[in-house]
Amino acid sequence: MSMVTDYDTIAAVSTPPGEGAISIVRLSGEQSIEIANKIFKGKNLATVDSHTINYGHIIDDDKTIDEVMVSVMRAPRTFTMEDVVEINTHGGIVATNEVLQLLIEQGARLAEPGEFTKRAYLNGRIDLTQAESVMDVIRAKTDKAMQVAVNQLEGNLSKLIKNLRQEILDVLANVEVNIDYPEYDTDELTTKMLLEKAKQVKTSINGLLKTSQNGEILREGLATAIVGKPNVGKSSILNTLLDEDRAIVTDVAGTTRDVIEQFVNLDGIPLRLIDTAGIRETDDKVEKIGVDRSKNAIDTADLIVLVLDGSREIIQEDTDLLELTSSKKRIIIINKNDLSEKTDKASLSSYITGSDVLISTSAITNDGIDDIKEAVKKLFMLGIEDSRNDVLVTNARQAGLLRQARVSLDEVINGIENEMPIDLVQIDMTNCWEKLGEITGESYPDELITQLFSQFCLGK
Amino acid sequence: MKEYESNNYDVIVVGAGHAGSEAALAASRMGEKTLLLTINLDMVAFMPCNPSLGGPAKGIVVREIDALGGQMGKAIDATYIQMRMLNTGKGPAVRALRAQADKELYHSVMKNTLENQPNLTLRQGIVEELIVEDGVCVGVVTNTGARYRAKSVVLTAGTSSRGKIIIGELMYSSGPNNSIPSIKLSEDLENQGFKLTRFKTGTPPRVNKHTIDFDKTEEQPGDEEPNHFSFETPDENYLKLKEQLSCWMTYTNAKTHEIIQNNLDRAPMFSGVIEGVGPRYCPSIEDKIVRFADKPRHQIFLEPEGRNTQEYYVGDFSTSMPEEVQLDMIHSVEGLENAEMMRPGYAIEYDVIEPWQLKSTLETKIIDNLFTAGQMNGTSGYEEAAGQGLIAGINAALKNQDKDPFILGRDDAYIGVLIDDLVTKGTNEPYRLLTSRAEYRLILRHDNADMRLTEKGHDLGLINEERYNAFVNKRNDIENEFNRLSKTMIKPNDDVQSFMVENNFKPLQDGILAADLLKRPEVHYGDIEKFIGVVNVDRRVKEQVEIIIKYEGYIRKEKANIEHLRKMESKMIPENIDYRQVTNLATEAIEKLEKINPRTVAQASRISGVNPADIGILSVYIERGRIAKKEAH
Repeated sequence: MSMVTDYDTIAAVSTPPGEGAISIVRLSGEQSIEIANKIFKGKNLATVDSHTINYGHIIDDDKTIDEVMVSVMRAPRTFTMEDVVEINTHGGIVATNEVLQLLIEQGARLAEPGEFTKRAYLNGRIDLTQAESVMDVIRAKTDKAMQVAVNQLEGNLSKLIKNLRQEILDVLANVEVNIDYPEYDTDELTTKMLLEKAKQVKTSINGLLKTSQNGEILREGLATAIVGKPNVGKSSILNTLLDEDRAIVTDVAGTTRDVIEQFVNLDGIPLRLIDTAGIRETDDKVEKIGVDRSKNAIDTADLIVLVLDGSREIIQEDTDLLELTSSKKRIIIINKNDLSEKTDKASLSSYITGSDVLISTSAITNDGIDDIKEAVKKLFMLGIEDSRNDVLVTNARQAGLLRQARVSLDEVINGIENEMPIDLVQIDMTNCWEKLGEITGESYPDELITQLFSQFCLGK
Repeated sequence: MKEYESNNYDVIVVGAGHAGSEAALAASRMGEKTLLLTINLDMVAFMPCNPSLGGPAKGIVVREIDALGGQMGKAIDATYIQMRMLNTGKGPAVRALRAQADKELYHSVMKNTLENQPNLTLRQGIVEELIVEDGVCVGVVTNTGARYRAKSVVLTAGTSSRGKIIIGELMYSSGPNNSIPSIKLSEDLENQGFKLTRFKTGTPPRVNKHTIDFDKTEEQPGDEEPNHFSFETPDENYLKLKEQLSCWMTYTNAKTHEIIQNNLDRAPMFSGVIEGVGPRYCPSIEDKIVRFADKPRHQIFLEPEGRNTQEYYVGDFSTSMPEEVQLDMIHSVEGLENAEMMRPGYAIEYDVIEPWQLKSTLETKIIDNLFTAGQMNGTSGYEEAAGQGLIAGINAALKNQDKDPFILGRDDAYIGVLIDDLVTKGTNEPYRLLTSRAEYRLILRHDNADMRLTEKGHDLGLINEERYNAFVNKRNDIENEFNRLSKTMIKPNDDVQSFMVENNFKPLQDGILAADLLKRPEVHYGDIEKFIGVVNVDRRVKEQVEIIIKYEGYIRKEKANIEHLRKMESKMIPENIDYRQVTNLATEAIEKLEKINPRTVAQASRISGVNPADIGILSVYIERGRIAKKEAH
């Protein structure tokens, strides 16, 4: 029986596309070193020590493509547990792509999305939550997000889930004894025990799910729409926020290449500004951008920053926006407080709700900018002082499974309250145990891996 | 010994315990000319340990055997002295019937069945060797020199294989209950390349009824309400409670524990005499006292062994202590102060075939047309043995007839769970079936074993037309009655409203479907009948309808899980797969997979030591192979 079976050697650019200072082209597989050696001029990579970085040039026949540093890491102490070579190129996208092309010419295969991580998983290097956090590290928008991802890579979430599963298993064992050995004086406390455990695990899951919103925000950025009629100072607020945070994350290509999202790091909380292009445009142009334009942005936003001009009376357009955003978490900024005060909190009283935060600012004097940051943290309960020890659920798959596990727990609780026999209630408890297992990949539903890895971006 | 050529058969079954009896009956009923050889005809279907059948999981197996046309259920229905339904306070999935057997009568009823079975020859003889030609088993040789030839052979040697009885410092070669052990067959199996291992089990002492002070014990009577194991036994056959014999309960105490503690150095379990691995779930009393030192007392059940004997089995008091210590132990127990011991307890050590050497059909991987079943495959319990015997007998017949093998899935029957566990996970202690070993126990109920398996039994030719027709009628009745309840509206008239009030329910605003009312806790079929009228169907039809409606939500969940399992089970692993060609499989996984050689990806995923990553790699490998094949075509 002959099959295409060996894990061939794969290659991909592992750094995000764009004009970074360096880009990394990564190879993994048995032939990594051999293939890299063919296009490398410098030391013989086949004989260098493992885990060394080597200076040299990438060449195409006689032509030098780029000056590079090449890391050689031999199996099994590598991310994929296979031989791994990483070529750090200095050039921009053109040179990097050329290096990749050369590698493919020499026998490497272009990696599929998530294939490096998939191999790490399949080779037993990491479990599922860890595989996912690798993706999160790569995509982390801020240091704080990075910290959470790193924690997860170290297996904190796995540990927590494993503990929960162990606790459930302990109770289930009691149920089983009760069923299989009815003749013994096993107490009838089992039902009570099951109920208590279900409630307790549910509390833990609720806690984790609460973090999942934070986790999601840290990972994806908080979708933020800055809205307001023209000339209220939206862009100056934006620019102040950007200036304030001297490290604009980057322009990252979103799901469609046309949409450019801009990230602002607000004390570790990544704000993903939506429709920023719109904001910039409107201020430059005389053309009036009406409520319609903002509607889309408002719909998709987690947070609305509604900017009003404090130096003027509010008009229909302002109140339209106030009404349109009334169901959203929002910060209402009364800007230009350095000028005269025509609009104030009192004049807005009929439009604001209890959860709104009103801030009076001046983009010119920087007055109130810190208040904006505080408000965001408060609104999203992101008072994360030190995320080092936090276990956050950062992705949708994990959160989804936790929710399913919680549904099972609710059914356990319902079942017991409806006086369902214990062996039936146990079915839901076991389901909960299995759902939790899926998070770490311990119980093995068929399609899990395929589904999971296809979601990963190219190069990792 | 001078050998001679004796008769030819289609199937030879070696051993006439619970496995062998079922195997021989199944094969002969499927038209195979069958020979059943056993060491001692007076020990056919003998119960060397407790005089009872059934209980959780095991009781369901007996019903499954019955639904597939086996004998155990009918035999116990004809010979029980007490019947009890266990777990009645729990759900329908784990309710379990248990019978106390008249063990002498059970033996003779089963022996009589075997003797009267057409196509079947029952003969005394000790099998010492297999006749193997070109890797195919074609017969056996007995100690009297007879060479029997057959197309296939089923071995059910039980605890006789190089059996050793141990009582304190005493150890001697013996099969169960001082019977002749089978020595040479074990040696032959080893020569044929089988890996054998040693297991241990034990039995408690027996005492004379007249010397028990029953006043100091608690009575455990049987049930008034009729229940039988066989789906064919009618309710009117049921013994009235006063015709049944009770069991009695007492306890060990501090004194008993002290005696055991003081004599641990003489206990073979601890002195190192016993090499075999004993069962965790059915430990000897000395084992319990050492392992659960903080428990002040342990239950003891005094069980009658039959109507025509005064022997009482001292249940849960299994021991291999020296006889004099056993006497002290017994006399320390309340109610047994003056008890006269009739037989001492003993431990028995015996050979088992490590079950990874078997296929799901119970045919061995090493020798074709050779099947093994029962305790020699590493299980414990009469029911587990009988279930395997039935499957081995069926598959021996099917193989002879060139037909597809018969394999029950984990979602079909407890017997399927049992065999899959054995051949996939193996066992390092005597394997007892527990309900917790089954993933889908709400589907694998004792009450629906006929619904699950009668059709299959009929297809195999083990269920006759009369019984099959009765089954089809029952199935139709269930469907009709289910439909009636699902369509009939109960109007909120005075009767209904007062019923609601009596049961602390809110009075009805509108009508309610009968099925929906039945779903409420504490509402039973009988209540519904008052409102929608009584239909003349068997009580067991009503029971099915009630369970199906009442637990519909849970049943649906299990069925969804089963669908998932079936998908995985449908991913077959090529039989000639070379796991060493699968790059990146962990070494441990390769070894385990080579050893077990699973049929499906699902089975592979159940092997311990094969982790999800290995399954991922394996799936990819098989999938690629399939794609490569397709492209090649």
